[in-house]
Amino acid sequence: MTRAPLVALLAVLLALAVVPGIPPFWITLANNIGLAALVTLGLVLLTGVGGMTSFGQAAFVGIGAYTTAVLTTVYGLSPWASLPLVLLVTGFVAALLGLMTVRLPGFYLPLGTIAWGISLYFLFGKLDLLGRYDGIGGIPPLSIAGVSLASPQAMYVVIWLMVLAAFVATGNLLSSRTGRAIRALRGGGSAAESFGVDRARTKLTVFIYAGLLAGLSGWLYAHLQRSVNPTPFGLGIGIEYLFMAVLGGAGHIWGALVGAGAIVLLKDLLQRVTPMLVGADLQMEAVVFGAIIVIMLQTARDGLWPRLVALYTGGHHRQLAVPQADSPLPPRPAVAPGLTRRLLEVEAASKNFGGLMAVKQVSFGVSAGEIVVLIGPNGAGKSTTFNLITGVLGLSSGKVSFDGHVLADASPRQAAALGMARTFQHVKLVPDMTVLENVALGAHRRARAGTLRSLLRLDRAEEARILADAARQIDRVGLTEHLSKPAGSLALGQQRLVEIARALALDPRLILLDEPAAGLRHFEKQALAELLSKLRAEGLSVLLVEHDMGFVMGLADRIVVLNFGTLIAKGTPAEIRTHPAVIEAYLGGTE
Amino acid sequence: MDATILLFLVQDGLTNGAIYALLGFALVLLFTVTRTIFIPQGDFVAYGALTYALLRAGHLPGTVKLLAVFGATALAVELWSRRRDLTPGFIATQCATKLGVPLAIWAVVAVLGAAPRPVLLDLALTIAIVGPMGPYLYRIVFQPLGGATVLTLFIAAVAVHIALIALGLAFFGPEGQRAPALIATSLKLGPVVVSGQSLAVYATTILLTAALSAFFALTLRGKALHASAVNALGARLVGIDTHVSAKIAFALAATIGAVSGVLIVPMTTIYYDSGFVIGLKGFVAAIFGGLGSFIITGIAAFSVGIVEALASFFASSFKEIIVFSLIIPVLLVRSARSHHGDDEDH
Repeated sequence: MTRAPLVALLAVLLALAVVPGIPPFWITLANNIGLAALVTLGLVLLTGVGGMTSFGQAAFVGIGAYTTAVLTTVYGLSPWASLPLVLLVTGFVAALLGLMTVRLPGFYLPLGTIAWGISLYFLFGKLDLLGRYDGIGGIPPLSIAGVSLASPQAMYVVIWLMVLAAFVATGNLLSSRTGRAIRALRGGGSAAESFGVDRARTKLTVFIYAGLLAGLSGWLYAHLQRSVNPTPFGLGIGIEYLFMAVLGGAGHIWGALVGAGAIVLLKDLLQRVTPMLVGADLQMEAVVFGAIIVIMLQTARDGLWPRLVALYTGGHHRQLAVPQADSPLPPRPAVAPGLTRRLLEVEAASKNFGGLMAVKQVSFGVSAGEIVVLIGPNGAGKSTTFNLITGVLGLSSGKVSFDGHVLADASPRQAAALGMARTFQHVKLVPDMTVLENVALGAHRRARAGTLRSLLRLDRAEEARILADAARQIDRVGLTEHLSKPAGSLALGQQRLVEIARALALDPRLILLDEPAAGLRHFEKQALAELLSKLRAEGLSVLLVEHDMGFVMGLADRIVVLNFGTLIAKGTPAEIRTHPAVIEAYLGGTE
Repeated sequence: MDATILLFLVQDGLTNGAIYALLGFALVLLFTVTRTIFIPQGDFVAYGALTYALLRAGHLPGTVKLLAVFGATALAVELWSRRRDLTPGFIATQCATKLGVPLAIWAVVAVLGAAPRPVLLDLALTIAIVGPMGPYLYRIVFQPLGGATVLTLFIAAVAVHIALIALGLAFFGPEGQRAPALIATSLKLGPVVVSGQSLAVYATTILLTAALSAFFALTLRGKALHASAVNALGARLVGIDTHVSAKIAFALAATIGAVSGVLIVPMTTIYYDSGFVIGLKGFVAAIFGGLGSFIITGIAAFSVGIVEALASFFASSFKEIIVFSLIIPVLLVRSARSHHGDDEDH
């Protein structure tokens, strides 16, 4: 987005170190900003992008700092040799804590981070190996080819080179296959799961990545300060990192830099200015600090970065070029020819919630190249049936099989792997991702690139194929002109079409649409009906829930009617139209 | 370890546990009514403890002035938010509740001066000074954040905590305070000697718990508060002012904090920043109860107290680590239970 000018700005900042006459005090502040920005960057990914709030990041900084302190002073390792070990130890601890933490629902997660954040802080101060509350001194400085980098100016260059690398790598990560999965986590991520994203694993990946960035910051800190003690790794500092992320704009990586810069400078300013105003012994800067955070939350909840971007761009979104690729994504292997059995087979499916039988003994099937519509009055169990088929809910009894595979209970990922793609009755898009990126999430399972390849930008060929495919699906639903807009800015009807495009990006065999025509205008419905007919002609099967009878009757090959969770009729549109049970369900009985 | 030491440790644990239970109740109450995970609860404990200790010693506690500052700020926020339709009557009421109350309390404390007073009077004064801080803070910080996510409220609560610690240092100074025991005598029950202080703690906990239960079960205000906790939207639709409910919850929480401070300050020296760790132990208990159940919170609080007492005997330097690590298995059980839960409403 606004990446090139920012990279240039960072390069200029780097060059400042060699300009004579820069006050050493500025360099110290800049070093602190850089160290904080690394931790905050991880936190932005974790909190703002991934939706997991951590108050405990300072503990990871501590693990990084103490690991290198022990390795270099007790075991005599060189600082550079300790770096991989620092990352290994931090990553290991992060994985361990992450396994316990990332599964926590809602507000339990931040509380969990407070618990281990405090415990680790007390641990730093209690262990003899770590020098108890006195800490460890005499840590050697970094050196390159015998040249010591002990001076703050030299460390400034090292720190900011690492900051630059971390921001570029994180930017790469976010605009990749893994990045889209991470960004889809916020708001629950159940849609992402339906497109084959392993939610728990993605959360753990982000958690470890944030831990590693904090560990790196700790390593740099230890060799900058040359001594460590528990104070900078306590919960209070962990809270400060979170403030930086929130103030900068927790959803944006460059917000980490803005937030870290703003808070380090603000604290410094307050420490120098407030004593002059209210007396040195009062320490009122923390009060002002707290007040600023509260006022920020009350007036600008999204943070500073979005405001800066709006100033710079005037609030306009840049139009992306329609992505192209030299080769397409590999298509799904065709169903074996001569397959006579139904593609989807639902046999005596039942679901009860406590005492409520939402779906009772429902059986039907969908063949290849067929449009089947599920209708019924409100509360008939249509959406529950959908959720049973797509593995969002587990069956109470009965069986669902797809393409010869029996579906395991409650596994949306298996459904996605077999080639079922769905849309949601309540649209589940990531509102601040572009339409293109939202649709590209649908192709998640058709590509392989993992975290490491994304960080190093080795995924570009595959990424181009994904985006080109996503663009093709967007063209199919007729939204090409909205490709680069945030999905949340579209009208509801258009968002439904984006969901259909996302489903198509999975390259499905069966597409399940939950009320796709709701909120569409007349001509949009006609276009949708045309699209679905075209998909059917291409051999795709469609199962939809719909209320609009005009839309349904002209399109469906077969109709399945549910009422009070039971199947009351199935047949062609003509048969359903005159079916007495259906007429009674919709119009009421004639007593 | 013999039976005497064990009995002593258990008694110590039960006494601390009773205080954690009170704090846990306050946290559950605030969370259910306002969705706020109220990190500064412990700061009310420190404020209450220091205020009481200074009153006992015949000094004018700094919190008297601080209350006036909070009141004035809340008044300013209130008048600013209603700047378009200010009426003289409204201004008068607001001035009375937000400026008159703190100034009246200040006057009373100043007039009473250094003369020795009964314990209960100092307790009442402490509640009068610290209690109103709750609703004032709500008006200043949390009411304008209405409708924010749990996370935003949480971060705001942390910011308030940071500010309260700094204000504590500014108004109390870095010295710690300790007060004489509430009840000087002790009770001998067979082999067990129960100190008067412990008895005071148990009695207060039981009284406060009973009073809170009666408030929720018997009074209309209490029922309204309960309704706001169960379903805020529904409560609004039947005409309950959820801001009033929230203010009552904050007043109760600050009062509980102040009382807990009074109970704890004869047992240990309290500094301006001691409250946080005490409050966190109430949190451990509240989390056991899922921030929703008063009963589980109470039981858990006593367990936390006993674990802490035993830990301080067997592994004193790891006491805090052991207590806070208790949360982790609880969280794991909670997360296992809500395995398929989406957290989309947060």
